[in-house]
Amino acid sequence: MTSQGPSGGENHPSNSGAKSTPAPVKRRGPEVQRAAVALPPEGFALAERLPEALAAHEVEVGAAIDEVVCRVPADHLVDVCRQLKDDPTFGFDYLRLLTVVDYVEQDGEFEVVYHLYSMTHRHKMMVKTRLPERRPSISSVTGVWRGADWYEREMHDLFGVEFNGHPNLVPLVLPDDFDGFPGRKNYPLNDYEEW
Amino acid sequence: MSFTDILFAFAGLFGLFSALLVGVLSLTWLERKTLARIQQRAGPSVVGPHGLLQPVADAMKLATKEDIIPAYADKLLFWMAPAFVAVPAFLIWLAIPFGDRIAVRVLDLGLLYLVAISGIGVVGLLMGGWASSSRYSMLGGLRAAAQLVSYEIPIVIVILSIAVLVQSLSLDAVIGGNTITIGEATRDLPGQGLIPFAFVMPMGFVIFFIAGLAELGRTPFDIHHAESEVVGGPFVEYSGVHWAVFFLAEYLNTFVISALIVVLFFGGWSWPNPPESIFGNDLSSITTNFVGGAWFMFKTYIVAVTIFWIRGTYPRLRIDQLMTFAWQVLIPLSFVNFVLIAVVLFYDWPLWMMPTLSLPILIGAAIGVQRGRGVRDRPQTVRILRRSAGEIGRPMPNAPTQTQISGEGQGGD
Amino acid sequence: MTENVAPTNLGSTIIQVPSPEPGTVDMMVNMGPQHPATHGVFRMELRVDGEQIQDLVPHIGYLHRGSEKLCEHESYSQIITLFDRLDYVSNFNNELVIVSAVEKLMDVAPPPRAELIRIIMCEFNRIASHLLFYGTFAIDMGAITPLLYNFRDREKIQALFESVSGARMMHNYFRVGGVKEDVADEFESRSLALCDELEHGIDETDRLLTENEIFLERTSGIGVISGEDALDWGLSGPVLRASGVPYDVRVDEPYSRYDELDFGIPVGSAGDCWDRFYVRILEARESVSIIRQAIALMEPGDTMSKIRRIARPPAGEVYAHCENPRGDLGVYIVSEGGERPYRLKVRPPSFCNLQALRDLTVGHYIADAVVILGTLDIVLGEVDR
Repeated sequence: MTSQGPSGGENHPSNSGAKSTPAPVKRRGPEVQRAAVALPPEGFALAERLPEALAAHEVEVGAAIDEVVCRVPADHLVDVCRQLKDDPTFGFDYLRLLTVVDYVEQDGEFEVVYHLYSMTHRHKMMVKTRLPERRPSISSVTGVWRGADWYEREMHDLFGVEFNGHPNLVPLVLPDDFDGFPGRKNYPLNDYEEW
Repeated sequence: MSFTDILFAFAGLFGLFSALLVGVLSLTWLERKTLARIQQRAGPSVVGPHGLLQPVADAMKLATKEDIIPAYADKLLFWMAPAFVAVPAFLIWLAIPFGDRIAVRVLDLGLLYLVAISGIGVVGLLMGGWASSSRYSMLGGLRAAAQLVSYEIPIVIVILSIAVLVQSLSLDAVIGGNTITIGEATRDLPGQGLIPFAFVMPMGFVIFFIAGLAELGRTPFDIHHAESEVVGGPFVEYSGVHWAVFFLAEYLNTFVISALIVVLFFGGWSWPNPPESIFGNDLSSITTNFVGGAWFMFKTYIVAVTIFWIRGTYPRLRIDQLMTFAWQVLIPLSFVNFVLIAVVLFYDWPLWMMPTLSLPILIGAAIGVQRGRGVRDRPQTVRILRRSAGEIGRPMPNAPTQTQISGEGQGGD
Repeated sequence: MTENVAPTNLGSTIIQVPSPEPGTVDMMVNMGPQHPATHGVFRMELRVDGEQIQDLVPHIGYLHRGSEKLCEHESYSQIITLFDRLDYVSNFNNELVIVSAVEKLMDVAPPPRAELIRIIMCEFNRIASHLLFYGTFAIDMGAITPLLYNFRDREKIQALFESVSGARMMHNYFRVGGVKEDVADEFESRSLALCDELEHGIDETDRLLTENEIFLERTSGIGVISGEDALDWGLSGPVLRASGVPYDVRVDEPYSRYDELDFGIPVGSAGDCWDRFYVRILEARESVSIIRQAIALMEPGDTMSKIRRIARPPAGEVYAHCENPRGDLGVYIVSEGGERPYRLKVRPPSFCNLQALRDLTVGHYIADAVVILGTLDIVLGEVDR
């Protein structure tokens, strides 16, 4: 969790600064430009406070365009989420989106992304954590935000990520007897070749 | 019973049956046209002039459709249920007078007959609902049973009040008045030739109309076949001719209730302009009866259109609200109506005492229903927040500051 | 026949419900996926005691087309057409989300005129969507007439859309960096005339339903959800605002040119079905005022910025969201710097709103379940994606 993944997509605000163009990252194929970071003022404030407040959880704070990104080890995730919600200075009371990104081809890992928003402070952030390719599992955040319920079920269907402690992790969008995880990159989109 | 009597009875039944079928077809057309006008569209307009033949086309379509019986259905009950709904709907018409003593069967106990027969339909609905072996039909059938049985009571009580008023159970007496002898005195009891009973007992009329709507399962009481909840209730699994028979019965019942309202409250064939005022006292002449019958049908259609109009306007109640309304409002009111008429007759008060006494009660009850439920006083819970006033969202970049707004007076609020 | 049923574990969250009396069992009623009141292929399993709902298990996925996976295999301009098909009654709003996400990623801005055209289209679409809501909601409650009135007005909006984009529903009109082509000359006058007609139509619905006695009976105090619960469930849009949470993306994180427009956000406080309905009535009126302001701001100019035809955004991650008629529609794009996104995830407002259905419904009657589902105003194309 220490190395910033090649496709992590975020830069540190400290070394990029607002509106500055960071150095292109070396990738497979031709050189690819990276999106510039343009954190809003409340985002900067948040990015400065986060490392200190979450010092106990080995977090790593970065930014992606206009959002603060906080990388968290998988086993600290629920604690971090609870703290982010309960701490009135953060007040992340709204889970906008929960999703899984498949980086198995690059890093052999899945990334779980939580998009948070605070109604009181009107700031937003992403919380990310990485899971191994084999038997990816993580604690459920349904206890923190009930809205995570269906998101987690959907991600369980599509990516096969286990959300431990979820009250009812049964298939949601797929049939009960569906085989495979169609969200993953290695699941073929079409059986046929386009002609 | 002589042979001619039997012949006449058959002829009458056949004539009634055909006339009713035509009536039902016309009623479906009328409903579709009325609803279409309410909803700013054209309605049926392709088959025949003004779409007049659309019902015929529909009937043919239904007759040629496959009649499906669900695999798990109770086949006997499933087959019989439509008949149990449709036959009573036809039978009621035997007693309804189209003119002075013109009915298929002139019954001295006409009112009793109406009450007795109209209660049978619910059995058919319950049978259909049960036999279909579908949860929706089951719910629909149970809803129908609860609803129809509950609303039967105010209807019966109102009919009873009318019987008390005319001191007879004959429908002819209801329309034409009655003379009875109590002890030594001979007393003329009112008919509807001059004043229809809707004006004599407005409360009874309102109760009967509302309960009639509920008996029909018409909006706002179309709960047992609510399309958006139980998808047609007892009729979900029916198709083809069986469904057509249910459909026929529905419209026949609409027709019946309209006719009953006209007979019981609007003077049937007699009011206004009792035929004798135009044609003299020869009540048996064909012209007189024809005019009376036309009057009767005209009024019936007017009531039917009113029912359709309500259908085009109102949402539907919920089952518990419907039952509450029946048991807490309509049934007590119908008893009040009954007691009022008894008191007025007992003390020999003039008849205009009835509306004077019952109208305030009716209006009071209506207000009480509104207030009692408290919905009329619903506070305005939705406010509009403006970003420019700093009430919502991020401050506007060019918005006037709070002090500027409050400087203008009440603007800051 | 079991005497008592253990706390049911059928739904997502466990709610302790009273077990039926000894010797009786509750009836399971299956509503959907083919049911007139489920607004598409949504299925709910109801456990009812008589007419009262003891438990509700929602089932979705009948329309799952794997849109997100599909998007990973399409170029950005092709994705716009896929977004048209998410929430298929507010297509412009969907298009706006994806194009603004890609624009944010590429750090380009469309010309001011294009922004205004987008706003006007989106607000018209919001009205069209709300008109559909009033009608279908009324149908859910057995009133058949409002639908026809609303479709009359919606038809006019669709005609306008057709004149602008060439299509009535699947427009594919917004582009990364602008809109496909400029609007016709008579667009402004036509829109203004349409605004008046729409205002009249909304008033008509308002008069017909809002204060109706039966309507009030059916909606007042039904399906109440508090503001905290609504936030906890991640609700958004009119459903969230009806519970008293003043959150609207157009004012909380203003996008496009909403900064320059002055409009109100209706916020309820009761959180019941009536509030959810009335919030939408007022919202449609505000949309009319937004359209008028936007038309007043319109100036001649370009409608497409000078960027590459095929969008090739830089690597990075972006989350962009807009206020859809149903709520906060967002899109999260992970780009690796190609013509196609590496991962695309939609935040579907209907999906989140639907989660709360069970909490809202348990304890009410079957007829109320239909009404509550109606006020959530789901579109299955977006729920299932």
